[in-house]
Amino acid sequence: MPLLAVNNLHTYFKTREGEVRAVDGVSFAVDRGTMLGIVGESGCGKSVTMLSIMGLIELPGRVVEGTAVFQGRDLLKLKGRELEDLRGHEIGMIFQDPMTSLNPTLTIGTQITETLRRHLGMSKQQARKRAIELLEEVHIPNAASRLDDYPHRYSGGMRQRVMIAIAISCNPKLLIADEPTTALDVTVQAGVLDLLHEVRTDHEMAGIIITHEMGVVAETANDILVMYAGQVVEHASAYDLFDRPEHPYTEALLEALPQVEGEGIRDGRLRSIPGRPPDLIDPPEGCRFAPRCAYAGLDDCAAVQPELREIRPGHWVRSRHPASERSAQPVGVP
Amino acid sequence: MPLTPRAPATGEPLLVVKNLKKYFPIKKGVLIDRTVDHVKAVDDVSFHVNAGETLGLVGESGSGKTTTGYCVLQLLKPTDGTVMFQGRDLTKMRKGDLREVRRELQVVFQDPYASLNPRMTVGDIVSEALLIHDIGDRGSRRRSAEQLLEVVGFNPDFINRYPHEFSGGQRQRIGIARALALNPSLIVCDEPVSALDVSIQAQILNLLKDLQAEFGLAYLFIAHDLAVVRTMSDRIAVMNRGKIVEEGPAEEVYSNPQDPYSQALLAAVPIPDPRRMRERRAERRKHQDVLAESV
Repeated sequence: MPLLAVNNLHTYFKTREGEVRAVDGVSFAVDRGTMLGIVGESGCGKSVTMLSIMGLIELPGRVVEGTAVFQGRDLLKLKGRELEDLRGHEIGMIFQDPMTSLNPTLTIGTQITETLRRHLGMSKQQARKRAIELLEEVHIPNAASRLDDYPHRYSGGMRQRVMIAIAISCNPKLLIADEPTTALDVTVQAGVLDLLHEVRTDHEMAGIIITHEMGVVAETANDILVMYAGQVVEHASAYDLFDRPEHPYTEALLEALPQVEGEGIRDGRLRSIPGRPPDLIDPPEGCRFAPRCAYAGLDDCAAVQPELREIRPGHWVRSRHPASERSAQPVGVP
Repeated sequence: MPLTPRAPATGEPLLVVKNLKKYFPIKKGVLIDRTVDHVKAVDDVSFHVNAGETLGLVGESGSGKTTTGYCVLQLLKPTDGTVMFQGRDLTKMRKGDLREVRRELQVVFQDPYASLNPRMTVGDIVSEALLIHDIGDRGSRRRSAEQLLEVVGFNPDFINRYPHEFSGGQRQRIGIARALALNPSLIVCDEPVSALDVSIQAQILNLLKDLQAEFGLAYLFIAHDLAVVRTMSDRIAVMNRGKIVEEGPAEEVYSNPQDPYSQALLAAVPIPDPRRMRERRAERRKHQDVLAESV
């Protein structure tokens, strides 16, 4: 049984223009000890998926349908207090911006110990001792003397290390990181990603990493979910996804990515995807990628939504024209 | 008037920057400020850009790359050094002369949301430079604006709309059209795609490449993303803590970096290939000391 199983999640936001279907039927599972990467561009619903699972969606947003079963309990049915017991304890979270997710008026020590005291009922002294160990574990130099510093004395990368320390303080089974390195420089990002890998392996935690960067999921995740317009369009192991991408969107996204390695890069052109993602108030009736897809033909693409289907063991795709079926079944390319 | 292809490059570089320094004072004191120290944002930087080519200036936040760009544009007054553009030293020029130079030297900014005046129509934004330089009359400026918008792949029918009606990628197209209005020979691009999603980023990078090929533009391309810089640049200069630590042809700098910081920077870039995860991690461990020093 997977550690977390999300099934048919729908989260909508009410706006004056209409209801935005930010997450529209997302399902996935995370097994013990593995890392799932959720990747997609702005507005694809990757962050809203996570916030829904954690019970952090606020009005005008609302989870309208779905289940998220974590260790036998449906997270979407838990009440305030039960959720509080779970968050930070059995599920650790790391958010995008380390500048705003730490409280600037409390010392680093207070912010780590409050988690330990709330969830594990430690005494002040016990918690302090443990907090120092945690800072050492995330490689903060001179941990004992840095405990009473305020967040502004820490650099962005060190703050994200503190966030990781807090997230793993209660030894959670699942660690959720939402764009954990987006605000950081590339060398600092590398350090934080390597640290995430290290703590996850040491504590045998499962993880979910949400990012817009293909490179980041490639270097961290075992399984990858590609999202587009509120839906999962492809789901496969990291190896299979990068070796043999199936969905036209995934393929296009990979080809749109500038490369650091290789030859003739300067003279080449990048593949760009024409147009923009659809309006999620009134999404296309058929395939949501059809208006931008190079393979959408004269068939059902625009009329009937394709199902997410298993094209080979462990590789799921939501498209009528996945790469491996294309040659066998030529279509009228526009 | 706008947009004529240029004659091919002659021997002389278009832009020569020598020993450029920009120090910002750190001040202390209650009533009387005294300068206690300086932040050496740009510390003795030299480079050149040839006509029609792209020099990529890459570095992390605080490395001084944007400050360098601003000093080239004379949007910041350099503390020391020379900026020779088409054989003339911009640092010694008067305002009136600088204005003339700006026909040839333009800029595309990072944030397409902050760099377009929300109260001006797209047409006015794009043709403002023509108005300032007193080129043409109302009718011809309007036609120029339409032509410029078409060149950057923007629907000229939207000339009377306002920036808020457009997405980030479309706004960046407007910003590029504005930079092209006076038919410049060099455009400083300061992080032109860092606010955009990958699929839109590719559209803008391709557009910049096409415009360069068509009009013989030179770019000083400033960015933190090493892959983006590689795609755009003939030569690359790597900046760290106010200095250029390595400079050379793009292929060489990327395939065989010499400076320890450039090596660490390249090892840190996430590569979209999961099979190399382990190898990359090991590679990065080797460079940890260099980075600990540079932070």
